[in-house]
Amino acid sequence: MGSPPSLAARLGTDQTVLTAEGSWTIDHAHDLDGLIDQTLRQAPAERPVVVALDRITNLDTYGAWMIERVVRARETGIGKARLQGLPDRYRSLYEEIRSTEHAPPPAASSPTPLSDHLANLGRGTVAFGHELAAYASMLGALVLAIGRAIANPQSFRGTSTLHHLDRVGWRAVPIMVLITFLIGCIIAQQGFFHFRKFGADAYVVDMVGILVLREIGVLIVAIMIAGRSGSAYTAELGSMKMREEVDALRTMGRDPIDVLILPRIIALVIALPILTFLGSMAALYGGGVVAWLYGGMSPEIYLQRLREALSVTHFEVGMIKAPFMALVIGIVSCVRGLAVKGSAESLGAETTASVVKSIFLVIVLDGLFAIFFAAVDM
Amino acid sequence: MVEKAIESMAASRDVNASADNVIEVRDLVVGFGDRTVLNRVTFDVKRGEVFGFVGGSGSGKSVLLRTIIGLIPRRSGSMKVLGTRLDAATEEERRAIERRWGVLFQQGALFSSLTVLQNVQFPMVEYLDLPQRLMDEMAAVKLDMVGLSRADHDKMPSELSGGMTKRVALARALALDPELVFLDEPTSGLDPIAAGDFDALIRTLQQTLGLTVFMITHDLESLHTICDRVGALADGRVVNTGSIESMLASDNPWVQSYFRGRRASAYHTRPANSEA
Repeated sequence: MGSPPSLAARLGTDQTVLTAEGSWTIDHAHDLDGLIDQTLRQAPAERPVVVALDRITNLDTYGAWMIERVVRARETGIGKARLQGLPDRYRSLYEEIRSTEHAPPPAASSPTPLSDHLANLGRGTVAFGHELAAYASMLGALVLAIGRAIANPQSFRGTSTLHHLDRVGWRAVPIMVLITFLIGCIIAQQGFFHFRKFGADAYVVDMVGILVLREIGVLIVAIMIAGRSGSAYTAELGSMKMREEVDALRTMGRDPIDVLILPRIIALVIALPILTFLGSMAALYGGGVVAWLYGGMSPEIYLQRLREALSVTHFEVGMIKAPFMALVIGIVSCVRGLAVKGSAESLGAETTASVVKSIFLVIVLDGLFAIFFAAVDM
Repeated sequence: MVEKAIESMAASRDVNASADNVIEVRDLVVGFGDRTVLNRVTFDVKRGEVFGFVGGSGSGKSVLLRTIIGLIPRRSGSMKVLGTRLDAATEEERRAIERRWGVLFQQGALFSSLTVLQNVQFPMVEYLDLPQRLMDEMAAVKLDMVGLSRADHDKMPSELSGGMTKRVALARALALDPELVFLDEPTSGLDPIAAGDFDALIRTLQQTLGLTVFMITHDLESLHTICDRVGALADGRVVNTGSIESMLASDNPWVQSYFRGRRASAYHTRPANSEA
């Protein structure tokens, strides 16, 4: 550590002598910082300053910068600073510091808050437009890739598609069934609890059946898939992009859309309807279990009521939506994955954006479908 | 002038050589699972020297470095860094030692969410209680020393070229004026001109700041131009340590093929040419 540094000022008639002593190192940098400013204030600005350094015992880049700070503070004006007795062993160190750039760091321009907000709003709007265009162009690229795969079935990545189907479909079955089962239970329980007050117990079955088949089944599964598989797609493609694997594919004459994206999206489009079907069945089963144990409705009656309340149309409405939701999730997650830039932070940001945006678009799509089905009387 | 000072320092310290070792590694054994990577490795690094470490790809050089700085546990043996046994040190002692060394990782390992300037300030923020103005000034001084201009200060690491990344990483390694600097392949991935510049930069900084440098490298040019001593690792052992001349004279087959192979021939024929 060495002895603490000091800087004593002796005011003369023609010059000020500052005597530096002790260890001018990083360990004392905090003290030195205050010491320099304080001592410089004592020294009259119009008289030259001599800094005597022969009693310095230790010097590193921090100490050397402190000396240089005195010199630079007196660079302009008449009272210039001069160094005296710098030990030889520190001369090259000081010269190195002395030769660093002189210009003070540029002051950061601070725009007014309002214009800042407006600029952000504008930037956000433009980015939103670009994003929609990116999704549309990905959809186009996918259609082209499907066209190529039909024209030349050899080029289609069957193994890869099966692999992804296993990951996003088969392995997702247990968690999807469990969650939709629980959701079915909860809806039925809430239905019995509230409908009982005005004696409408019997209609709980209608509510569970229609809600699950038309909306809840497909929505829950799509949201789960966006979180489970969409995020994985984004992270995989993003890290491939970071490691230049995507570029490597391109140089070998393989389109990343064909090799990486088409198998993933096809796997999703196949898996999501299957999971929706299983999920809806599990939810109806859960509703039945609650009806039996909590609502006091025997399974036979529950099934009978279901048969009366439901038609194939309700089932179709849910199932028709599933592949489109899969397409939205797939396109969003792949576009976000390919948008990853070099840094780890960007990978995290894109993965978050992928999940948030695909869930948002799934819900928007669901609303559009509701309008459509109402118009065609389904 | 500085060289003379270092020489005289070195001469005066030869008397008590063991006190003068910045790194002392004795019988170090490191392995993963049933594979032994380092088998009874022993060597010293003296104060104020540039020590180069060579070895084939996968021979365990990086494992050695990571073991010394405490990222990989060792199986047996002892290590002393800056006079302290790190395995016996308390958390506080360890932190004090870590403040006195700087590490340049092979890929730079810059924090990708921080700007260049913030990366260099990071160790200062962590270890010292300094006013922001002083940290700004010191970070600018360090970046200037490694040859980066003000225009680069606000860039993000993803915007930097390979050579600039290494320079920023070096500035960060030097942020706290360390006594000892670990460099993991500092010139790999640089073109010969940039690599030569980087070697010269390391040498200049080492001399002005009086650093001890422990460097892993594959670059024969670096070994010849800036290393005072070289250690060679083969089959998990240190097969030779000493000057480049002693490496050239070694009869170990691996050392021979490394230093006297076809790629190296340009170097050991050069003195002969100049004599002729």
